[in-house]
Parts: sequence; structure tokens; C-alpha cells
Amino acid sequence: MQPYRNRDYAHHLLERLQQEATRPVSVMEVCGTHTVAIARSGLRELLPKNIRLISGPGCPVCVTDDLDLDLVIALAKEPEITMATFGDMMRVPGTGSSLLEAKSLGADVKVVYSPTDAVALAVANPDRQVVFLAVGFETTIPTVAVAVEQAVQQGLRNFSIFSLHKLVPPVMEALLTDPEVRLDAFINPGHVCTILGTEPFRFIPEQYGKPCVVTGFEAVDIMEALLMILQQYNQGRPSVEIQYKRAVRPEGNTVARGYIDKYFTPVTACWRGIGEVPGSGLALREEFAHLDAQRRFPITVTPGKRLKNCSCGQVLKGLKLPYECALFGKACTPMKPVGPCMVSTEGSCAAYYRYGAQRVGGAV
Amino acid sequence: MCLAIPSKILSIKGNTAEIDVGGNTKEVNITLTPEAKVGDYVLLHAGFAINVIDEQAAEEIFDAWEEAYAALQK
Repeated sequence: MQPYRNRDYAHHLLERLQQEATRPVSVMEVCGTHTVAIARSGLRELLPKNIRLISGPGCPVCVTDDLDLDLVIALAKEPEITMATFGDMMRVPGTGSSLLEAKSLGADVKVVYSPTDAVALAVANPDRQVVFLAVGFETTIPTVAVAVEQAVQQGLRNFSIFSLHKLVPPVMEALLTDPEVRLDAFINPGHVCTILGTEPFRFIPEQYGKPCVVTGFEAVDIMEALLMILQQYNQGRPSVEIQYKRAVRPEGNTVARGYIDKYFTPVTACWRGIGEVPGSGLALREEFAHLDAQRRFPITVTPGKRLKNCSCGQVLKGLKLPYECALFGKACTPMKPVGPCMVSTEGSCAAYYRYGAQRVGGAV
Repeated sequence: MCLAIPSKILSIKGNTAEIDVGGNTKEVNITLTPEAKVGDYVLLHAGFAINVIDEQAAEEIFDAWEEAYAALQK
């Protein structure tokens, strides 16, 4: 049995990492769940100094653009609309307010656990226009596609989705081509890869020469993955390897990917703090346009002003650590968040704040 | 947001499975894992099974949870 929480095994891995970390290497964890696991376990303090862990844009809540969110909030305020959303999105600020504030002022905003709950909401409330705020990476997108299919099969005329989905491989490529960002390898998002498998990431070692390891969420998983990364790096054989074999198959979930392709087509999307990334969003295909809230309810808002002094953009690109932001822990806390990285529990700033990682600034 | 937790399928009816999560039962949609059978462990996300996982691996995760739970009781 592989000892995911065995202390001796963890010590052994740390020793091996010390041996292999012969030169500085910057590794980005793309997934917010990894960011939390790293902060919670205190791994940054334990790792060899040559290993620099950078948190990436790994939380779909954090990367939702504030101007996109302004449109969602404006739509939620329309009298005939019921906006259904995952709970994570409620407190995320647009440029002016949040869905929670809109709800407190009378907008009909409902939190759902699953996209299919939003379909059920539409069935139960035929006099309301139910709009599901569709955020999420490849892990979540297939579940939204199934909800869309249910709405199509039931011929629902009062259900639509506001798609702000984001795709992970295109943003990884955007980071690799950004001259400001310097990184040597990726810890790949474990649950995104349950759907995608390894193929969509092959361009990273093949075109950019960077190692990628699909990784599980225990501290030992992350240490094993770092060891695999260092071995690839030192031996000059970058590839996409799977550490998280208990959950990820190389081919991913082909049924789930079939659902994504059936209902969605890639479009340019705007990532908060990063900007527009071609092919990194998804819109419903033309034949399902009647279920697309952006087309069904064309809504415009006066563009608000983006946040000032907030470093979330640089944090999402790994250019700054959360405690290097002037607002961190002062004007911006989980109780009163300014930027998206502090709002989501999987945001880098919230993870640093909660687990006190700001105290070990010198170690990273 | 991409959190996913493992749980065991107790029964299946059409596209819905009854699953066991730490002693609680819950219904989930298994449209995305048509290969799932009663007794399999699946990863749950947003009310869906998104993948069938290796049983031994699932047991290991549960062991870790029990260990954490035991530690909290002390």
C-alpha cells in the first residue's frame, strides 16, 4: 500500500528531493486545490530552497473577469430572471458589487449544488427565466453539458446558461509565452486531468521543453510529483507523466469530453488579471443558441473601473506571492475580500491567509 | 473548485446511482461514467460521478480520512 500520509515515506521523499534539487527550479501548481494542499501542509517550508512553488490561475472563481461578472449581476437584477449559481460565486466582486449584494437588494439569486439542480429549478418555476451561471474548468464543464442536454430533451423554454467556462491548456500556453512569467515545470491539475487525460498537455514538453506531472492532492502526492519533475528536468526528458494514477487514466474520460464537444465550441475568453486568451473559453454551439443567456438576454452595462492596487493579476500569473500585495491581510481579508484570490477558498491569497504562509516569505 | 471526493456505488437506477459517502447515502448522476457498476468507487463533483477510480486507492483515501478524524477526536 502506498503510504500517502506516512511520515517516514515523506522524510524519504524530502531526502530524495534534496539530492535531486541541484539547481533552482520554478514549478507552477495550476490548480487551486493544490494551492490549498501546499499551504495546509506547510510544504513550502519543508522543500529544498532550490524548489520554488508558484501558484497559478487555478481557480475558476478567481479568474472570472470582473467585467463579465458585471454583466451577470446586471442580468440577475432583471425582474424575470432567477440566477442560479454555485455558492463560490456569490461573494466574488465585479467592478461594482457582487451577486450576494444584488440578492440583498432583491435580485432572485439561488445557490445550487449541481447544474442539474438549475434545470429542476426551471421545471418547478415555469413563470421564471432560470439562468445558470456556468463557471468551471474541464472538471465541471461536462456536468453543465449534461444539464444542457436535459433542458434540450425536455424542451425547456425558461432555462439558459451564462457560459464563463475556462479551459486549462490554453491558459498554460499563454503563461508559457508571457515574457514576464518564468517557470520550468507544471504540477498538472489532478481532477481536470481525470477528464482530459494527458494528450492535451503534450505540447508543453514537446514545444516548450517543460516537464508536466498530473498530481494528486495529498502532501506526499505533491512530493512524489516534484521528484518526478526534477528527474525529468535533470535528465533532460520533459514529458507528461501521471503521479495520480489512482484517479487519472492517460486517455481521461472520453464520454465526458464527448459531452463538452457536443454542446460547446471554443471562444476567446477574458481571464481576470491575465486578459484575453484565444480559445480558452467555451460558448454553446449555434444549434443550442436558444439556451445561451448572453444571446437570449442581450444586456449591456457601462464598463466599471477595475480594482486599483489589487495584485490578483500578478498573483494569478505567479509573478507575486500573496503577501507581497499591499492590501494582503490589511484592506483585503477573507472576511472583507477586495480581489478574487481572497474570495474563493481555493484562491492563493485565501490559502496563504488561512494557513499563515505569509510568515515564511523568506523560504519561497 | 475542482474538488472531487471518492464514494462507493450502492445501487443504480437508470442514470442515477445511490452512493455512500462516509456512511451517508446520496443520489448522484452517472451519465458521465456509463461503465460504473454497483460496488465501484467513483469521484464525485457537482452532483456527478466524473470518473471510476481504483478501489484500493479509494480505501487508502478513506483510511487517511479516518486517521484525520481519529486525530481530531483526541
